[in-house]
Amino acid sequence: MSNFLLAFIVLVPFVSATILGIMYLYSIKISKVPNFVFTLFGLSAPIISFAVGFSFFLKMIVNDEIILYKAYRWLSVDAYDIDMGFMADQLSIFMVLFITFVGGLIHIYATGYMKDDEGYGKFFFYFNLFLGSMLLLVLADSPIIMFIGWEGVGVCSYFLISYYYEDSENVKAGNKAFIANRVGDLGFIIAMVTMFYYAGANGLDYINLEAGLVNLPIDLLTFIGLALFVGAIGKSAQIPLYVWLPDAMAGPTPVSALIHAATMVTAGVYMVARFHFLYDMIPNVGLFIAYIGAFSALFAAIIATKQTDIKKILAYSTMSQLGYMFIAVGLGAYSVGIFHVFTHAFFKALLFMGAGAVIVALHHEQNIFKMGGMKDKTPLVFYTMLIATLAITGIPPFAGFFSKDEILLTAFSSEHYLLWGIGVVTAILTAYYMFRMIFIVFFGQNYKKERTIHFVPNSMLMPLVVLAIGAVLAGFIGIPEVLGGHNLVGEWLSNWHLDSLHVTHKTEILLMGGNILAAFIGIFIAYKKFYMYDMKDVAEPQGIIWNKFYIDEIYDRFIIQRTKALSIFISYKIDVNIIDKIVMGLSNSFIKSGHFVARMQNANTRFYAFTMLLGISVISTYLIIVMR
Amino acid sequence: MADSLLSYIALAMILFSIGFLGIISRKNIFIVYMSIELMFNAVNLIFIALGRYNESMQPQVIALIIIAIAAAEAAVFLSLIVVLYRRKKSLNSDIFTVLSQKDAAHE
Repeated sequence: MSNFLLAFIVLVPFVSATILGIMYLYSIKISKVPNFVFTLFGLSAPIISFAVGFSFFLKMIVNDEIILYKAYRWLSVDAYDIDMGFMADQLSIFMVLFITFVGGLIHIYATGYMKDDEGYGKFFFYFNLFLGSMLLLVLADSPIIMFIGWEGVGVCSYFLISYYYEDSENVKAGNKAFIANRVGDLGFIIAMVTMFYYAGANGLDYINLEAGLVNLPIDLLTFIGLALFVGAIGKSAQIPLYVWLPDAMAGPTPVSALIHAATMVTAGVYMVARFHFLYDMIPNVGLFIAYIGAFSALFAAIIATKQTDIKKILAYSTMSQLGYMFIAVGLGAYSVGIFHVFTHAFFKALLFMGAGAVIVALHHEQNIFKMGGMKDKTPLVFYTMLIATLAITGIPPFAGFFSKDEILLTAFSSEHYLLWGIGVVTAILTAYYMFRMIFIVFFGQNYKKERTIHFVPNSMLMPLVVLAIGAVLAGFIGIPEVLGGHNLVGEWLSNWHLDSLHVTHKTEILLMGGNILAAFIGIFIAYKKFYMYDMKDVAEPQGIIWNKFYIDEIYDRFIIQRTKALSIFISYKIDVNIIDKIVMGLSNSFIKSGHFVARMQNANTRFYAFTMLLGISVISTYLIIVMR
Repeated sequence: MADSLLSYIALAMILFSIGFLGIISRKNIFIVYMSIELMFNAVNLIFIALGRYNESMQPQVIALIIIAIAAAEAAVFLSLIVVLYRRKKSLNSDIFTVLSQKDAAHE
């Protein structure tokens, strides 16, 4: 069988990243390598991975089987054997397809965006490494291998967020992302260790873990489920570990697109879906996840309504949409959550890339109140971004409508009406802040006249068109039955569906209408307030929402400063006064005793003779008195 | 006979102690050398006294060998003293510290 090809999906980006890294070093140390060589390698990796992934997808359509491939034994510790194993089931191959597809388009976009950058090769090295890590995360057959990818994604996000490292703010943002993720990783590690200890007797891959977890007491399962979810919170930027996501905008725009659309943030959702066998057994934790998701969605949407940085608006919208996904997976509708991940990948990548195009056109201006009137200047960007905005808002027939509608339907039918209510309110807010952005950026009046529009290369516009088509069509693979469609996603991921819905078709139609109405309410408010907005009216932004509810400040005050104080206490008090005293005291006493003994060797022969006499006397006395 | 043995031994011990005191208290190499010879002879005296006491010839043979070796050793020792004196123009035993690590130890 050609199962070994599965490993190549992961291997190709890693190999290409290695080659790119070596070439980049060669380029800066010895002689310049032309950019098209980097482009060639950088682009071929996602394309090859996509092709291989697609061939497996076709094979699985025909055979409907889970493909396993164990490359080699990675570690063998006592009774635990850890294989470098890959598993392609319906869920992971679905993820692979859109990761490589959207990721590939972002790569193409990046060739245009980063064209004049010094570190062009380095950028693609990170990009391929990022993609490879994400694919490893998705295709792993055990939590340990998944964790390698998980950490790889974390470290690459750090590299890429602090890509413009000359500015210390960017480096801080990268560190923030990395550290916030570390907090989540701790939860993941705890969950993993607990699982292996209690359920890992027969092997550590998902299939054996699933069998091992069945017999565990519910308390233990709850603990594992919560600890795993802490990991998901960190990666997928939910309350309370979301703070890194807005700051992650410090990186170049393609990075934001890659982090927010295809990779990284979806890892948490994927993990919950991957461990569905665990979460199926503990619906209470699932409910907790759903509520965390709901509040994150609402919270982020509220903050997004006041932001002025175009990328930050999109960052908060990502967090908000991730909240929707967690509502779905928390309620056991994993396929619905993954469907939203899929559609979100298209329109969010499109939004970021469109925003990047606008930013490039305006010479790296990110404040939306300094843009305005871009509709005539960059019409293609306007239309594609409009499609993406309609998609995220949930206007049929664009992609976001179907997935978001299904999530709200799941929330409604679960009879947790608070979740549903938050979802609907968030939908209104989403429509409002997205169209606020569109109206200000593309229709705003009285912007500074004396500006020039920077040329936007075709390599940046082409992916926009492809993604716009995707944002229109992606939803059609999941048309609900009530509209006479065929929910292909639900069918494909049929193992990831907890139970069927308990609502009549009539309610379903009503809810759908409600969602569309909610979207239009949001758009209408935005239209009233911001259509043909006069940029001269802009007041200095202020208030609790603009300051993001002072969460960063609260964290700084109560966690970071405390940690800092503790570190200072340990390094200046405990370390200096106790540790150093012990260690230095020990070495000093050796030195002192050494000096004392050295005094015996004073080169005085007569003293030696005297010592000898003393020794002999002691030994003789001993012999005479004791040994007689 | 026992009393006289004790007095021989006592004499030998006194001579040995005087010799040893000479070694540790005097600086002149010649006097150190003479003290060493004194200790030799104290030991010889014990050998001979015990030989007489046990009516054995063996200790007396050993004593003779010691005298012979001490004579040979005296030649080596005196020539060494001459060499040492040529080096430092002094007979003070305390100044010959070339082989010691005293300087290194007190850094």
